[in-house]
Amino acid sequence: MSNPRPDGVTPSQTVGPYFKYGLTPNGEYDWNDAFTNNLLTPDTSGERIRIEGKVYDGDGAVIPDCMLEIWQADAQGRFSDPQDTRALPNSSFKGFGRAGTDKSGAYAFDTIKPGVVPDADGKPQAPHIALAVFARGMLLHLYTRIYFDDEAGNAGDSVLALVPADRRATLIAKKAGAASTYTFDVHLQGDNETVFFDV
Amino acid sequence: MTLLYPLQSLAAHPARLSPDYRSTVKRSPQKPLIPMRHTLSELTGPVYGHETVRAHDNDLTVQAKGEPLGERIIVHGHVLDEDGRGVPNTLVELWQANACGRYIHVVDQHPAPLDPNFTGAGRTQSDDKGYYKFITIKPGAYPWGNHHNAWRPAHIHFSVFGHAFVSRLVTQMYFPGDPLFPFDPIFNSVTDAKARSRMISSFDLDNTKPDWALCYRFDIVLRGRNATPMETK
Repeated sequence: MSNPRPDGVTPSQTVGPYFKYGLTPNGEYDWNDAFTNNLLTPDTSGERIRIEGKVYDGDGAVIPDCMLEIWQADAQGRFSDPQDTRALPNSSFKGFGRAGTDKSGAYAFDTIKPGVVPDADGKPQAPHIALAVFARGMLLHLYTRIYFDDEAGNAGDSVLALVPADRRATLIAKKAGAASTYTFDVHLQGDNETVFFDV
Repeated sequence: MTLLYPLQSLAAHPARLSPDYRSTVKRSPQKPLIPMRHTLSELTGPVYGHETVRAHDNDLTVQAKGEPLGERIIVHGHVLDEDGRGVPNTLVELWQANACGRYIHVVDQHPAPLDPNFTGAGRTQSDDKGYYKFITIKPGAYPWGNHHNAWRPAHIHFSVFGHAFVSRLVTQMYFPGDPLFPFDPIFNSVTDAKARSRMISSFDLDNTKPDWALCYRFDIVLRGRNATPMETK
């Protein structure tokens, strides 16, 4: 081991208001995107979905300078990470996406419905997407999960079961119409405050 | 290698509600966060992104037709886990103001000049030992609206991934001896002095390049420790 043992992690600091040209340029600045809000490739298998919503602060005002990152399994429930050693078929799906909110506080991801991933006891979890939220005014990002309102597995999901019943709806994306579009708003604070996890 | 991500590691981070930094007041949750055991969704993470890194993305002084104005510097160090092991092949992104303290972001209206030869964005990939290196210019301090006569100490924003979704880190690197430290509520949102010091780069004379550029060293320590630690002396 070449380095002395550190005395702790490097503390988090806010992304601030000016991250867009570096992290989510999306054609508006002369810089390429490492990640985008479109996780789909032509050969991605699975049910193609769009997740869209807005991000709100404690006054109910939209947040136009928010960054959201998602991490999810492929349609077979496998993560594109060698640490996932389960014998499941490989796919080209990478599973990570990044989006910035626009002036109306809106974001969207184009992705697939993830498959089933085991929980800490090896029991199946309902399909879900891990979500991290960053913004000016947030010194440390927040973690939550996106579940889907048309999944029967929600009733038996061990993580959803940790959440008080009257707050569970904040974690469940709602299918909007016949097209495979789900709505998922994030409220950092207030009556409809999204459930965030201490992970 | 199996890593653990104990919650105690999070104690170094700022409180989400840090009222001296005014924007936190309406952007921090008021209900308690819900603890949960990590599953594969938390314990895995993106191990790619570096395929987007182009040859000169880690040299912010050669991205335009001419050289940017300001003090050329080298910023390098290791991305480490909590046991001091290098985190190999991980994406390191940075963004910063120019030498005058101005960002190219359209929202930044600080009346200091933009530099047509400086964008302020960079990215690289750590090597197999976790080492990374950037060449850039030293960013300037700049005013902001948090309180009367508020100025941010010079800093470079860093974004790093590590081995898991829960090791994700966005932070700011500061420069040693900045006179603005005592007055900055973002820097001081980290209440432990030792933890604050881990956000401050150190001047690195050994790697300063004669007649060319000063060097600063900045190691970035991410969550993650060995599940079966070895005996230490």
